[in-house]
Amino acid sequence: MDLLLAATEANESFNNYELVVTSVAILVTMILALIRAMLGPTVFDRVLALNMFGTKTVLLICVIGFLTKRTDFLDLALLYSLMNFIGMVALLRFSEYGSFREEGAEIGSSAKL
Amino acid sequence: MMDFIVIPILALLAATAVTVARIRNLWAAVMFTGIYSFLSASWMLILDAPDVAFTEAAVGAGITTILMLATLSLTPRRHRKSGRLSSEDFEERPSKSPLFPLLIVTITGCALVYGTFDMPHFGDPNAPIQVYPEPSFVEKSQPDMHGLPNVVTAVLASYRGYDTLGETAVIFTAGIAVLLILRKNTDDKDGSESQAVTGENV
Repeated sequence: MDLLLAATEANESFNNYELVVTSVAILVTMILALIRAMLGPTVFDRVLALNMFGTKTVLLICVIGFLTKRTDFLDLALLYSLMNFIGMVALLRFSEYGSFREEGAEIGSSAKL
Repeated sequence: MMDFIVIPILALLAATAVTVARIRNLWAAVMFTGIYSFLSASWMLILDAPDVAFTEAAVGAGITTILMLATLSLTPRRHRKSGRLSSEDFEERPSKSPLFPLLIVTITGCALVYGTFDMPHFGDPNAPIQVYPEPSFVEKSQPDMHGLPNVVTAVLASYRGYDTLGETAVIFTAGIAVLLILRKNTDDKDGSESQAVTGENV
């Protein structure tokens, strides 16, 4: 029985260790993305960096959720990815057309067709 | 235990804030405010405030970015060098010395930090927020709400349900009013064209 308990404890600590390493790796990636967003000479460097930053935030929330054993954080991660997508579409649309007005939409739809 | 995540996130927050203040490209500044919202929302999540993090992510990262970009699309993106206004209005650097504002900001910051010394420690069980209005909310809300685990949701949506309903009605009315003011007024001028446009969109 003691052996089993020790084994599960070791397993848990191993899992924790894994999650800690994962979160540190995600944080390093976030720092790199932020540096790219600061330096980024073109618009698209910055857009890519922001998108990656949002994705890493979602991953970090998931890892924190498993680290603190609160898996209901996963719903929040879902919302974050949705927000990331909406913000990205808005940014790209603005950088392409320079406005959100109807004319832009018409040009966009005709260009796609 | 979460320090190894909290400290890098706070450092990244500070770096992002300095970047927002220093960057001259307004489009990139809007982007960095989005990053700031994401970071502060993650921090709030670690502080066990998922509802505040939810709001911060939805409003700060989503809606504010779009509103800021919409504002940018209506205003000139760069500093105007010439035009109706004199060029001095749009000088890139303030001509006055930054030392006096820096002093005021430092004093205000010190006063605010001094003010936090009176606050109860984070997570203190004797803090007013824990003992007031009544700890029985925490005990009673779960059987009252038939097993709803989140006390904040129980208070907002049930104990204070009419209040929340009123707030929602006010915000809905304000949103409708803003939409009515901001919409394009093409119906009166050339109704046929706008009808054709809406037909295309449908």
